[in-house]
Amino acid sequence: MDLTFSPSETAFRDELREWLAANRLQDAPNGAAGEDAHYAWRRDWQRRLYDAGWAAPAWPVEYGGRGATLSQSAIYFEELGRARVPLPANVLGLLLGGPTLMTWGTPEQKERYLPPILSAEEIWCQGFSEPDAGSDLAALKTRAVKRGHEWVVTGQKVWTSGAQYSKWCMLVARTDTEMPKHKGLTYFLMDMEQDGVQVRPLRQITGESEFNELFIEDALIPDENVVGGVGNGWKVALTTLMNERAGLGFALQIRLRQLLDDLIATAGRRGLLDDPLYADALAELHMRTESIRLLAWKGLSDVERYGQPGPEGSLVKWLWSDTNQRLTQLAVDIVGPQALTWGTSWSYEFLRARGNSIEGGTTEVLKNIVAERVLGLPRLKAG
Amino acid sequence: MDFGLSEDQREIQRTARELLAERARPERVREHAEAGRSDEALWRELRELGWPGIGVSERYGGQGLGQIELSILCEELGRSLAPVPFLPSALAATVIEQDGSDAQRERWLPGLASGETIGALGSSVDGVAELVIGGREASVFVLIHEDGAGRLLAAADADVSPVDTVDPTRSAARVSAGGAGEELGAGACSGLGRSLVSVSSELVGVCDRALQMTVEYVKDRKQFGVPVGSFQAVSHRCAQMLMDTERARSTAAYAAWAADSGSEQLAEAAAMAKATASDAGREVTASAIQAHGGIGFTWEADVHWLYKRAQIDAALLGGAKRHRARLAELLARQTALAPVEGAPAG
Repeated sequence: MDLTFSPSETAFRDELREWLAANRLQDAPNGAAGEDAHYAWRRDWQRRLYDAGWAAPAWPVEYGGRGATLSQSAIYFEELGRARVPLPANVLGLLLGGPTLMTWGTPEQKERYLPPILSAEEIWCQGFSEPDAGSDLAALKTRAVKRGHEWVVTGQKVWTSGAQYSKWCMLVARTDTEMPKHKGLTYFLMDMEQDGVQVRPLRQITGESEFNELFIEDALIPDENVVGGVGNGWKVALTTLMNERAGLGFALQIRLRQLLDDLIATAGRRGLLDDPLYADALAELHMRTESIRLLAWKGLSDVERYGQPGPEGSLVKWLWSDTNQRLTQLAVDIVGPQALTWGTSWSYEFLRARGNSIEGGTTEVLKNIVAERVLGLPRLKAG
Repeated sequence: MDFGLSEDQREIQRTARELLAERARPERVREHAEAGRSDEALWRELRELGWPGIGVSERYGGQGLGQIELSILCEELGRSLAPVPFLPSALAATVIEQDGSDAQRERWLPGLASGETIGALGSSVDGVAELVIGGREASVFVLIHEDGAGRLLAAADADVSPVDTVDPTRSAARVSAGGAGEELGAGACSGLGRSLVSVSSELVGVCDRALQMTVEYVKDRKQFGVPVGSFQAVSHRCAQMLMDTERARSTAAYAAWAADSGSEQLAEAAAMAKATASDAGREVTASAIQAHGGIGFTWEADVHWLYKRAQIDAALLGGAKRHRARLAELLARQTALAPVEGAPAG
């Protein structure tokens, strides 16, 4: 057991820290400038990361990454969080699309698609969820029908973040209605710049629109944009989903730490650290935040040591969302009524946290996963 | 970052688990608990294997291993609920070694390391410790006062009256020092942090066993024609038990590592480990009884021994609330020292 960084990990961290310190990001454009300006700012940030070789350190060197280890990749996200800079704009392409293509893509697909993901020239989005297929993803109904050398797609997708900025969509569609639901799915790369794809922003409870709905009507996808073979979509999609929580957890964990430090400082200024009720609640949050850090690192350590994650991997996202919700609720108590004023950062955090236990796998689904796959409890019988 | 145990440590864990699975079977634990006596034969065997001295330095006859190794044994003994005075004696030895004077170490550690002497550790108010685990067998006591100062006294000099607790797998006593005994070293009690880790590790073992028994039970038990573990009301409870157990495990591991690596984080890590494990112990074992249904409330089902051990361990050396209060003090101190930056607008 050695809960310190190795010399190579320390060197990696120090190099990144120095670069981040020397390349201070301009402040985010303020809210009035609109979401497009904010996105342009994040895109610009990715280009600077890209120029310095920091856009995707976890990618293999041959695809333009640094071949970073899992631990180094975790350090990367921790450091971005610590420096309070945003994630690269094309985060879905970098974390999900790229690695999925590296596993399933043809040599031509890798050559064509990977470089512009890295440079933020082409933004990617994820077309998985549908109005009637959320947690039950395999129930999706979007249809793709082969016509000559291309596929004609019709259906609807939802929760598509960044769709309005995206060139490519990782689309899972049903190509065979005769097969059982997990089979008969195919994974496509769909060009978003066509008339058959309409993007409509979904306004969320915070008032902003991180997510969209996609209305797809007779959209066309050339046959060479099938990833991993026709009928193999479920397996390919799982590769994407497995990549989803791996690195991101470390950025979220650091963000939580910073929010908690801010809250403790606020409580201190208001003399509430001496109040046993607040002290107890803050200490509990501190313990949970530390648990997340330890479980996340222990999960990585298990993968590096034994080649597979222990039970921790399934616990981190669940614990993070629960803790972030508790934290932002306590913040309302500590900060007082001002925290409920529209437009303040605490009111935003408080409202935004409500989505944490739904996005990227609901807490209920995560508990099912823990019960079935970690504890081996009998699978719930469902249709 | 490497959370893995070394080959030697895994060997200790494997050996301990196998030995206790054989020698501390549930029926044997129950038999000793019902008779209200510790398992002398098992204790003799553990002494021959050198367990009592695992963390005591070699110069005092111990094995000179670290908190990680000691924690491994605590966890396995917690898992089996073995009715032996290992934990209280190890706690006393830890504090004497960390905080005692040379004379105190020379007097007590060789006996504690061999297991010939049994020690016990208790929290005292006005010189009286109401509940000292292992107090009936102990011939030396360490009493930790509320302010952290330690007092060392031989059983012969103390007023010891046996107490029956809810957990008869280990003895207990009320110990009154009167004015007897001597101050323990400088009274700083740095051994207390390590002691908290040992108790936390025992709780991890208790939780792990409770979870394992529960998972086996709900897979097997059928109602409405299906295993009850297929109902989400039950399976989600089990998932929560795993969450609590794994949180306790990782914080205890971190604290054990902090103790062995001389980290300045020990005080914080130990408070965190004890608070996390105390809550986990109570929640997980309560859930175990609930998920077992009516059978879980019976004497025969053996789940209650875990529940009872968890209550004692959770309270031992301060419960979760006390350690969260301690953590809050540490946080307040750090906050007072740290520059304020980037706090979101209130």
